[in-house]
Amino acid sequence: MTTRYLEIRQGVLSKNDRLAADLRARFAQAGVFVMNVVSSPGAGKTALLERVLRELRAAGWRVAAVVGDLQTDNDARRLARSGALVSQITTDGMCHLEVDLVTDKLAGWDLNALDFLFIENVGNLVCPTWYDLGEDVRAVLLSVAEGEDKPLKYPVMFHSSDIAVITKMDLAEACECDLTAMRENILSVQPAIRIFETSAKTGAGVPVLIEFILQQRAAKLASTSVPPTA
Amino acid sequence: MHELAIAAALVESVAASAQAAGAARVTRVFLKLGALSGVSKEALLFCYDVATRDTLLEGSQLVIEDVPVTIYCERCRAEAILSGIQGLRCPRCGELSSRLLHGKELEIAGIEIDVIEEAEGER
Repeated sequence: MTTRYLEIRQGVLSKNDRLAADLRARFAQAGVFVMNVVSSPGAGKTALLERVLRELRAAGWRVAAVVGDLQTDNDARRLARSGALVSQITTDGMCHLEVDLVTDKLAGWDLNALDFLFIENVGNLVCPTWYDLGEDVRAVLLSVAEGEDKPLKYPVMFHSSDIAVITKMDLAEACECDLTAMRENILSVQPAIRIFETSAKTGAGVPVLIEFILQQRAAKLASTSVPPTA
Repeated sequence: MHELAIAAALVESVAASAQAAGAARVTRVFLKLGALSGVSKEALLFCYDVATRDTLLEGSQLVIEDVPVTIYCERCRAEAILSGIQGLRCPRCGELSSRLLHGKELEIAGIEIDVIEEAEGER
C-alpha cells in the first residue's frame, strides 16, 4: 500500500456545472432566453412573473415558466393564469433547485417553441446561490419591505446575480424604505449589477425590465447565430 | 443546512476520482474555500463525517484552506485582500471594484489516497 497525492483542481459542484452547461447549450440552440429568479420568501417573485408573463404574451412572445417550491403548486397555478406554459417542481423540502430537476421537468417540452423561459427558484437567499440552472440572467429580487441592509446580510447571493429588482415599489413610502441606501448596499457587494425598480401591483417599472429582457434575448440570438459565410 | 448537499457533492466527486485512480481509500481531502463562497467551514466539517460514511472517504480528514476575497483596484492598479465580504471596496482608496480575483472558491485542490501496489511481475 502506498500513499500518494492526486491533484484534482475541480469545483465541488462540477457535476451540476457540467449539466448546466449542457442545458445552456440546448437553450442557446433553441433560441430560448432563460432567467433564474431568486429571492427570499415573499419578495414577490410570483407577482412580478405573473405581470411579466402576461405582458410578454400580450406582445406575442412565447413564454413558459418552471416554478420551484418546497410544497404546493399554488404559484404554478397563479402563473398559469397568464396563459403561459407553466410547470411546478415540488422539491419536497429541498431548499433550492438543482439543474437535473429542471432538465427532467423540461423533458417533454419543445424548447424550439419558446422564446423565454423563467425559472422561479425556491424562496431562499442562500442555497440557490451555488446551483447554475443554465440561465442567461440571474435576477435577485428584494422588496422594499425587507430592509436596506439585506444585501449585506446575504452578500453571496447578491454577488452571484446579474440584475437586482427592487420590488413592491408602491409600498416604498409606507415601509419607509431608504432606496438610496438599498441601492448602495446592493452595489457594494456587486458593483457590476444592474438595478431595476418595479411594482407588480401598479405595473410601474415593469416595461423597463421587459425592455431589458428583450434586449438581452436579441443580444443572445445575435451572438449564438452562425455568422453568414462570405 | 445547504452544507450537507455540498458535502454530498464533494464526496461523490472525490470518490469518483479516487476510484478512477485505483485507490483503496482516501485519507485526506484538500479543499479551497473562498470567503465569498457562502459555505460555512464549521458546518461543512460537521456534515463531512456524515457524508463520508460507508464510502472510500470514510475516516478521512477534510483539510480546508481559507481563501480571502482579493480584488483588483483599477484606481490603485493593484490587488487588495479584503478582510470581509460586505463591500468590495479597495482598502487603500475606497473605490468599489467588480474585478474579483479570489474568494468564490469551492474547489477540490487534491486528495491523498492509499493505493494497493500491483504485484511484482504483473503488467
